[in-house]
Amino acid sequence: MTTDGPVGAPGKDADETAAETAPAATPAAKEPGSDDSFMAHFLHNLWSANTVTVTVLSIVLATIVGAVLIVVSDPDVLHTFSYFTARPSDALTASWDLISGAYADLFKGAIVDPATVSAWADGSGTWRQVFFPISETLTYAAPLAFTGLSVAIAFRGGLFNIGGQGQAVLGTIIAALAGFALPLPPVLHLIAALLAGLIGGAVWGFIPGILKARTGAHEVIVSIMLNYTATLFLGWLILQKGVQQPGRSDAISKTVDGSAQLPSFGGELRANLGIVLAVLATIGVAWLLNRSAFGFELRAVGANSHAARTAGISVAKTYTLLMVVAGGLAGLGGATQVLGTAYALTPQVAGNIGFDGLLVALLGRNRPWGTLGAALLFGALRAGGNRMQSYTGISLELVTVLQALIVIFIAAPALVKAIFRLRAARSARLGASIAKGW
Amino acid sequence: MTPVSTATVENPAEVTPTGRFWNRQRRLGVGVLVIGLLATILFGALAPSKTARFTLSEDAQGAAFSINGKLGAILFGVLAIAAGAVLLAGLLSRYSTAVLSAGILTFVLSFLCWQVAGNFLPLVDTASGTLELAVPLIFGALAGVLGERSGVINVAIEGQFLMGAFGAALVGTMAGSVWAGLFSAAVGGVLIAGILAVLAIRYLVDQTVVGIVLNLLALGVTGFLYERLMQADAQSYNQPPKMPEWKIPGLADIPVVGPVLFDTNLLVWLALILVFVVHFGLTRTRWGLRTRAVGEHPTAADTVGIRVRGLRYLNVLLGGVVAGFGGAYFTLVATGSFNKNMTAGAGFIALAALIFGRWTPFGALGAALFFGFAQKLATYLSAVGSPVPNQFLNMLPYLATIVAVAGLVGRVRAPAADGQPYVKS
Repeated sequence: MTTDGPVGAPGKDADETAAETAPAATPAAKEPGSDDSFMAHFLHNLWSANTVTVTVLSIVLATIVGAVLIVVSDPDVLHTFSYFTARPSDALTASWDLISGAYADLFKGAIVDPATVSAWADGSGTWRQVFFPISETLTYAAPLAFTGLSVAIAFRGGLFNIGGQGQAVLGTIIAALAGFALPLPPVLHLIAALLAGLIGGAVWGFIPGILKARTGAHEVIVSIMLNYTATLFLGWLILQKGVQQPGRSDAISKTVDGSAQLPSFGGELRANLGIVLAVLATIGVAWLLNRSAFGFELRAVGANSHAARTAGISVAKTYTLLMVVAGGLAGLGGATQVLGTAYALTPQVAGNIGFDGLLVALLGRNRPWGTLGAALLFGALRAGGNRMQSYTGISLELVTVLQALIVIFIAAPALVKAIFRLRAARSARLGASIAKGW
Repeated sequence: MTPVSTATVENPAEVTPTGRFWNRQRRLGVGVLVIGLLATILFGALAPSKTARFTLSEDAQGAAFSINGKLGAILFGVLAIAAGAVLLAGLLSRYSTAVLSAGILTFVLSFLCWQVAGNFLPLVDTASGTLELAVPLIFGALAGVLGERSGVINVAIEGQFLMGAFGAALVGTMAGSVWAGLFSAAVGGVLIAGILAVLAIRYLVDQTVVGIVLNLLALGVTGFLYERLMQADAQSYNQPPKMPEWKIPGLADIPVVGPVLFDTNLLVWLALILVFVVHFGLTRTRWGLRTRAVGEHPTAADTVGIRVRGLRYLNVLLGGVVAGFGGAYFTLVATGSFNKNMTAGAGFIALAALIFGRWTPFGALGAALFFGFAQKLATYLSAVGSPVPNQFLNMLPYLATIVAVAGLVGRVRAPAADGQPYVKS
């Protein structure tokens, strides 16, 4: 029920205590000898500002705004609104058809298209067509899960890893280099390439970590700057001899060897081992956060670095190590991208997975499993967006809008809650406005 | 919450370096000395012994400064070493900034002598190109100055640029007027700034997070509408009139400076004037004093009756107007039409200029010009087929900013309350 992390409000402690007290605030008086039925209690909590309700409502709100955007950007439908008062049904029907068509395609492209199921049933289609949407969703979700976990674990330690993009880019670079330059046998080659991606990202994460620990340079500034440095470096590297695909004049590298590619189902089903690795990484991060000594230290530092220092935890060491781990995760995300789907370096090979990972972590409330779920949702949106673009002609950019809106809506109510709580608990606020900013 | 400690670690020794031997000036001196040595040895060795011409025009014609490339590279490198030595020796400490600038300038000149040897560099073209690339950065960095000096981090400059550029193109085309375009660019910038302000000030959301999400939102919305409207019908949605170029008679005839500064468009002047206005406003007016008070210590400011939140709203929205102008520059001056993600990270370079310029208007101007020059040089070098990859020159703004915040050579310091939401008690 808590919202640790930046979405939340000024202070984790305030959040945790208040999240529990806020819904219970009103019924507290009649708690002893409670006559409330289970349903009444359930409904009461359902409509309180808990995580699930807020998340669902955020998604609903985002889709509504998205629907408005779809309508206002369609000249034909917009035209029917010009005689709205004369014949409102025209405008409403046209809008409804447009919106429902778009969102239906979003669903069909992300989960399942009923037409392919019936085609498979009567023998005119194959099972591969039925599972194609799910496969696409999982394909897009895998790198996002890694970059999301990277941001989430850093948040838990009180660091804002905005550099996931640069770390992922470095991950793609080193993984791809290992993928086409190392002559290794099949299984070993894949492991080596993945490790290479991890190391690439870890090195790029180490820089802001060590600078933060040693000089106090804010990790946000440093890692923003490193994002673009990495992209420029990639742009330069691709064109170098030995990296660029022979016989090509455009910016594309050699293809990763088959032995270093993540195995997939083949054919149109692009889903690959990456998603399995993402689940394993989620388990690993969950263990690291909740069960390991390092996880305890990083959470302590994240909650209150001064207290942690007093308790004998080396804050500098924790920051550095945390950024290395976060960078390594983002680097793995980049490696998954290049070894699982792209197979060659291009200037846009990492797409936007670093920044999307940030949204994923926020949506997942910086919990490992929440982040995985958010990555699946974003992967589904992306996969469905592709179909929406080709079938309904609605730009894939709508997905970016939806993703950003969901996160904005998630962020805002949490703060409304926070404000209410701050009024209730005056003492909680004092610690709230410390330790923020550059 | 990101319980992020501020960029300035509580380390009194860092802040007041007077008593220590390795104070800021000496550390800078070492830095300048190293780059001077690099220039003398590396650039001097690599530079061919051919004439480097710096023409006072837009092409190879006319008067020019000429120097032998090898000689120039070594000469300026030695001068940079001298500047470094002066700083290291602790001499001229009153003029340390000037000496530092001289050291960096001679280093750049040494580099130029190496690169231009056997070729020519048109100074007017370089200067106007630098200014053209710097203008949006100046607007963006000033927007940041306005917000951050009052304590609201603005990472959404990129998003404000995009909305400004998009609004200028869309409304400018539909209204057929460049001024309508300029106005709606400001509206576009304010739109993003408004969301930022409400979420950051009213709802206390982490400001960096909001900024990044808003960048993505602006990218998505403009990209979406671009594909739906502009791509389908560029004629009626994406052909804004270009900003007229005005030539000031008399002043425009001054060599080099004239054509660069006095034969140009309104936005360039606006950017330069705004630097002075914001500087004057921040240092000499009641508004400025209050802004700085709110940015450094909001509680104290509140105690004396300053409306902290109101002032922050005002400043962030003003920043939105300024950043919107910066966005308008892309569509109304630079390219003449909107394109998806056309700002391509310029907002983050503006952020770098803001930080590198130490959150001051003139610092931001200097940093923006420096970054603009680096970008212009990158295009020049790739045009003449230099062995120095232009990507590395384009990295310069980012790397310089990292060096600055890490305090490797002198540290930059953010306003104390930058990014801290204020809750009235």
